[in-house]
Amino acid sequence: MSFTASHKLAPTRRRKPVRPPGFGLTLGVTLAYLSAGVILPLTAVAAMASRDGAGKFLAMLGDERVLAAFKLSFGAALGAAIVDTFFGLIVAWVLVRYSFPLKRVVDAFVDLPFALPTAVAGITLTTICAPDGWVGRYFEPLGIKLAFAPVGIVIALIFTGLPFVVRTVQPILEDLDGEIEEAASSLGASRWETFRRVIFPTLVPALLTGFALCFARTVGEYGSVVFISGNLPNETEIVPLLIISKLEQFDYPAAAALAVVMLVVSFALLLAINALQVWTARRGGGR
Amino acid sequence: MAQNRRTSSSKSDPLWVRVLLTLMALTFLGLFLAMPLCVVFIEAFQQGWRLWLSSLKDPDALAAMRLSLFAVVVAVPMNTIFGLCAAWVLTRFRFKGRSALLTLIDIPFAVSPVIAGMMLVLLFGSRGWFGSYLDAHNWKIVFATPGIILATAFVTMPFVARELIPLMESQGQEEEQAARTLGASGWQTFWRVTLPNIKWALLYGIILCSARAVGEFGAVSVVSGHITGQTMTLPLHIEARYNEYSTVAAFSAASVLALLALVTLAAKTFIELRGQVRKRH
Repeated sequence: MSFTASHKLAPTRRRKPVRPPGFGLTLGVTLAYLSAGVILPLTAVAAMASRDGAGKFLAMLGDERVLAAFKLSFGAALGAAIVDTFFGLIVAWVLVRYSFPLKRVVDAFVDLPFALPTAVAGITLTTICAPDGWVGRYFEPLGIKLAFAPVGIVIALIFTGLPFVVRTVQPILEDLDGEIEEAASSLGASRWETFRRVIFPTLVPALLTGFALCFARTVGEYGSVVFISGNLPNETEIVPLLIISKLEQFDYPAAAALAVVMLVVSFALLLAINALQVWTARRGGGR
Repeated sequence: MAQNRRTSSSKSDPLWVRVLLTLMALTFLGLFLAMPLCVVFIEAFQQGWRLWLSSLKDPDALAAMRLSLFAVVVAVPMNTIFGLCAAWVLTRFRFKGRSALLTLIDIPFAVSPVIAGMMLVLLFGSRGWFGSYLDAHNWKIVFATPGIILATAFVTMPFVARELIPLMESQGQEEEQAARTLGASGWQTFWRVTLPNIKWALLYGIILCSARAVGEFGAVSVVSGHITGQTMTLPLHIEARYNEYSTVAAFSAASVLALLALVTLAAKTFIELRGQVRKRH
């Protein structure tokens, strides 16, 4: 290697950077870990899903119970992502712009859904929403079922997804340049107009990223949902639960087919989120 | 005066808006976050702390805690070493396929935990790719401790790497270059220069990784086999007790994990206040 020679060159000239050590070792460990831990398992799923040919694969997905599960999983994740994006923006706004007692504690507390194990969240939300529960009992006389109904699933997913929106929007709000707002208002814009036409457009990429993250992380959620959902086939059965029941029946190709659809959606979302984050960085960095 | 009023009103919202939004945010957080947290402890202690303590001293609960702890102690160091290697190779070198590796690291976050567990069944289950080989050597992975560790490791794989990569990228390698030029070996540079520079981000990643690892439910549930006293982690123990209508036992175990979650939040906030890392997941 030539770095011993290059550092003896005249010190005034910009030295050719010394090549850092450890390329072989660290690349080897990384590749081995990712191959064994990510690529191999994904290949196994794809192989199992395509074992019986494309016809069988499509037939499995056309099943009524399967379609109902997909509709429920995607619908509930969508509903939760919408609610979380709306309230996530308000929470982020309040945390960045206003001051109130215990703000720092509240701020730290936003990450609770991330830190609290999903099973704990699951049994707790079920206890709250059950017909005789803390909140459920007020809805029971109105004929509204919270737990053991699709609403319950959305509630569990709202809990799980909240931090993703808040933590995506918050840094962008913090970096927002106050001068633009002042300029808008000195040009005669009302506060609402300033928000709608100046602040909101800068937040759109972050809001979309938060929305997509929230959807992507909640669509496959299991622990917080399985207790509250009631798990009735065709009614409150989410896709991950259906996968488990297929596995328990040793119907591996069907379980793998379901997984492939979920994985394709997740990877598409992952790529979309990456693209959105580049956009967010460009918007946020262009001040 | 008029000038003054304009600048202050231009950046701050009217009082009623501030009050309304703050109330909306706090009500939402109160209903969705604070209430569940309180309910965990109220349900756990509803029949007194003696019953709480005795349900934690139950042999099954203790076995579950031991297994959860063991899974964390094995899976987290694995992912820490991986995270350090991945961050090093991805931030210190430019090579073909680098951006593909960056995306690959994120994949475990995009995979539903149940699918993660299923992958292990497809590979190591008795009807899986390596099933007959494992059977022939009488090795058990699925429905045994190794499967639980692998499931935990998969689900928490990206945490350390994702914490280190942005930081090491932005810190650059000038200090490392200087150390190398002054004659430090590769390992010396890593221990004396790199590691002190990234220690808080590393700790942050390890905390997030451990918090997720101890509470992992979906993936572990698929590969555990639910053998009481043997392959039950603490979250699975909670599920079993809850489904048997032993509410106090379920919530007592849940309260331990909730306490751990609060400790995690405190530690996370402490590191964030030191300023090296930004809030993230």
